[in-house]
Amino acid sequence: MREVAVVSSAIHQVEALTFTTDVQLMVPLINEARSAVGLTQADIGFTCSGSSDFLAGQGFSFVQTLDAVGAFPPISESHVEMDGAFALYEAWVKLQIGEIDTALVYSYGKSSPGSRRDVLAVQMDPYTVAPLWPDAHAVAAIQARLLLESGAVSAERLAEIAVRSQHHAVGNPNALRASTDATVVSVLSEAMVSDPLRPSDIAAESDGGCVVVLAAGDRARSLCERPAWIRGIDHRIDAHALGVRDLTRAPSAALAALKAGAPDDHLDIAEMHSPTTSQEHILATELGLGPDTVVNPSGGALAADTLMAAGLVRIAEAARRISNGEADRALAHATSGPCLQQNLVCVMEGQ
Amino acid sequence: MTGHDVSDTVPLRADLVIEYPFIRTTGPVVGAFLTGLREAVLVGIRRVDGTVMVPPVEYDPVTSESLTEVVEVSSTGTIVSWTWVDPPRPGSPWDTPHGLALVLLDGADTPLLHGVLVDSADELATGLRVEAVWRD
Repeated sequence: MREVAVVSSAIHQVEALTFTTDVQLMVPLINEARSAVGLTQADIGFTCSGSSDFLAGQGFSFVQTLDAVGAFPPISESHVEMDGAFALYEAWVKLQIGEIDTALVYSYGKSSPGSRRDVLAVQMDPYTVAPLWPDAHAVAAIQARLLLESGAVSAERLAEIAVRSQHHAVGNPNALRASTDATVVSVLSEAMVSDPLRPSDIAAESDGGCVVVLAAGDRARSLCERPAWIRGIDHRIDAHALGVRDLTRAPSAALAALKAGAPDDHLDIAEMHSPTTSQEHILATELGLGPDTVVNPSGGALAADTLMAAGLVRIAEAARRISNGEADRALAHATSGPCLQQNLVCVMEGQ
Repeated sequence: MTGHDVSDTVPLRADLVIEYPFIRTTGPVVGAFLTGLREAVLVGIRRVDGTVMVPPVEYDPVTSESLTEVVEVSSTGTIVSWTWVDPPRPGSPWDTPHGLALVLLDGADTPLLHGVLVDSADELATGLRVEAVWRD
């Protein structure tokens, strides 16, 4: 396996980018990530992005956003209609082929113009489920009740997850929900949004984007003092229909973690893309996280969840903590689909 | 600007009609389910392990094998999990607050997502028996 590392990243997440186009959002972020390692687009071997036409409101919207990269003279480029973490996977595969040494990965999402929880209903089965218009909070709530009533977790434990996220997010400039004052009692006193989920159980919706620069072998060493080496990356998927899988589990997350080598050694930190506290509990179990792994030191997706970018942000956040010496071994996770249907796990190390 | 005077020329015109020039069918399995709804009958499909999946799909979601045996199930069932939707969502078929639940129909082995029409969340509980209400 060819050694590939995250050598640079840039993140921007806010509540709403009302008057900013996707290009205007991405130009400074792409420049920031490239110039941090002294690269221009001419030095980039492959560019891969992730975004959603549903959010942009038009087909092939990613083509316009390429203006933020600078696509002339022509560049080698690809796009996934998925979270940027999956675009990073494609770039990693491209680097494995060995013809290029650098890759630029970015993704962005601006869901604030619409009602995201309702838009997400269209990802359900179009014949028997979507016509009921089950919004994302309702579907997650049905999963959370199954988890609570199975006895696998208590409401207090879920509140603890929310509180920990809010505490960790303090100081993170890209976090929307951060507080040193949050307590289990204050979270449990919140009115339900979708019974049994309270506002603090559900990720704070944000607009934003993320950029990651990858480099292979000696190129990575020359660009970065301490690259975050990707030691394993894998993604797996479970059945789409809600009724045919045990919603208290996420077997695809466990399998991806196993294939990425997560259980092989101690994990200092884990950045998980969990849209709800209940899903974070399921993930922590499936990923096999021990009590000495610091979970979501950035606050995680609960603190700011940018549709199409939250997974890539997890990789960037974990890689930063490796590059600055805070962690030696880290797990980053991304999810897609309803109730943790699809999961990607990326394991990174400092050496 | 120089050139020919085109002020009397009739502009070229081409009408564009945006359309999907195909008819979509729901196929033998989803079609059977939808036809069943019209007849006030609920059907699922038998999986290779003998269990019955509702709503049915053409393939086994775990083994990917083709499935063909449509099986009638009961229009009564039991709530497996639920939430309360208040206010109703903009696209919802119901214009009042309602439950949304996974319902395990009698004779089925996998639960079906559907609305449960009761007056308040207090009336909902896991294990509650429910029955299909058919539109006249």
